[in-house]
Amino acid sequence: MAGLELLSDQGYRLDGRKATELRKLQARMGVFTQADGSAYLEQGNTKALAVVYGPHEMRGSRSRTLHDRAVINCQYSMATFSTAERKRRPHGDRKSTEMSLHLKQTFEAAVMTQLYPRSQIDIYVKILQSDGGNYSVCVNAATLAVIDAGIPMRDYVCACTVGFVDETPLADLCYAEENGGVSSLALALLPRGGQIALLQMDARLHQDHLETLIEAAMTACKGVSKVLDEVVRQHLQEASVLTGE
Amino acid sequence: MKDTPLSNCERDFLLKAIEEKKRLDGRQTYDYRKIKISFGTDYGCCFVDLGQTRVMAQVSCELVAPKENRPNEGIMFFNIELSPMASPGFEQGRQSELSVKLNRQLERCLRNSKCIDTESLCVVSGEKVWQIRVDVHTLNNDGNLMDAASIAAITALCHFRRPDVSTQGQEVTVYSPEERDPIPLSIYHMPISVSFAFFQQGTYLLVDPCEREERVMDGLLVIAMNKHREICSIQSSGGIMLLKEQVMRCSKIAGVKVSEITELISEALLNDRKARKAGGKCGFAESMPQDRITALKKDETPVEMTDVTETANGIIQKGEAAPQTVPSPVVPVPGVGQVGLQNSWGLEEDDEDDYEEEKNDNSGDEQVEEVTKMDVGKGGLLFIYLDSLM
Repeated sequence: MAGLELLSDQGYRLDGRKATELRKLQARMGVFTQADGSAYLEQGNTKALAVVYGPHEMRGSRSRTLHDRAVINCQYSMATFSTAERKRRPHGDRKSTEMSLHLKQTFEAAVMTQLYPRSQIDIYVKILQSDGGNYSVCVNAATLAVIDAGIPMRDYVCACTVGFVDETPLADLCYAEENGGVSSLALALLPRGGQIALLQMDARLHQDHLETLIEAAMTACKGVSKVLDEVVRQHLQEASVLTGE
Repeated sequence: MKDTPLSNCERDFLLKAIEEKKRLDGRQTYDYRKIKISFGTDYGCCFVDLGQTRVMAQVSCELVAPKENRPNEGIMFFNIELSPMASPGFEQGRQSELSVKLNRQLERCLRNSKCIDTESLCVVSGEKVWQIRVDVHTLNNDGNLMDAASIAAITALCHFRRPDVSTQGQEVTVYSPEERDPIPLSIYHMPISVSFAFFQQGTYLLVDPCEREERVMDGLLVIAMNKHREICSIQSSGGIMLLKEQVMRCSKIAGVKVSEITELISEALLNDRKARKAGGKCGFAESMPQDRITALKKDETPVEMTDVTETANGIIQKGEAAPQTVPSPVVPVPGVGQVGLQNSWGLEEDDEDDYEEEKNDNSGDEQVEEVTKMDVGKGGLLFIYLDSLM
């Protein structure tokens, strides 16, 4: 991996993007009829499927019912064919459990769970192709799926992974950039209030650069929220045309 | 076994105290508890006390084949064991959420930050490398296991010595500690994690939460830094919403704390090295405080019991009357959901007049309060039973 120039002198990255450019975001809502809400999202080459069931009665352990809120249950898994080498354990390993916990935490902050006491909302996300920014793509796909299911949320939850190279923040990292030893920061944001639902950073970064990096991440998330908003309105328009309103 | 749930009054008490900037143990908002670091007899064994939280870290090494995609790098393996010894809520063997969180956080803090030079752990490229395994055992949970575990892990890694090896072509000789002195690992920097607990939707924050504070907190922000002010990992957990300014403030506080703790660790390592050189005794047994009273037994003392009735009567006559309890069930007033209209628990200002009236009425009817003497043996406790017959 050494020798790959993550940011050239002219300011171009490995895939030809500029430093603050996001990858091409394409999304579709309502892909499954069985689930209450579903969405498929592609960000560059990373593809994720999100499915939402709920709110419904607590299944499994009744003791975990909360008397005043809904319980959000998330499961993150990667398809075995999603990475370059076949993944031997798609779910149940530590990384997937940690991702599921983070997703749960993100959506517990955003979904208005007080409206559905004693119920459960299930969010399942599967990565079909992994090319960097797994967590962010999952969050974006899950947001669309939750909206498709009609569950009220405080705001869109948009996430983006940014990295720091040569004093410049790079928005929306791809796999090569993530593994190139770049310090990466994953941020889940509620754009309107500027509130951070989840902040996760790995690898060394000097304290002075932290502010720039978080700023860049917030700008990128706001860009993502615009695209998601477009997608939702488009979907609504199509649906209303089909039902003849 | 499930943890005892926290009562609402305790929760309210804690939250109110935090609003008034008071903590249970009298610390300030940014203060850490007392940190004590001690070492075991072997190299690589370290005990850390963070207040009452106690963890132990042990480092061991083994020659294994390297991973296919990294043929000339050593392997680091981290494991945090949450044993029921630390807290009744932890279950042996089950991978609970907390266990996954702590393990992943420790891995990210130490592995992704590349604090250890893994290339120096390579013996024969593609065939034999050192696998360094760090096991952290929690011995007592009084909150903030993450910080204690990270201090213990990095200190144990700094303390550890691996056996010396030499290679002649394809032949590898591992020298035992008697033949050649074991050599320390090459550590670039010491990442230490600092935990911030948020309360009341992020309005108040505390550093190093104790167990009670952890139970009532809304969310946790863990920042791992080293003394060069490089952030090694940030992780926010819990359902809180943060603002950018809060994160920046926390990172500044973390910088200060980390430099203090790093100094403490360096001092402890230095003291241990001196002690070992001087040939003094070292180890876990030595680190336990001696000359401390842990149990007390006294002989039974005889108590004079003959005039107990007179003394008891005297005390009763001098003392106040017992508080009035409702003698008979009050008939619920029709159309009202409560039993009776008056608050019969405590005495309030308006109720005092009624109480005085009641007392005067009843004093005549009240019979003598009987004293029942229990059969007491030599040196036993004295029970006085008061029966008020109305």
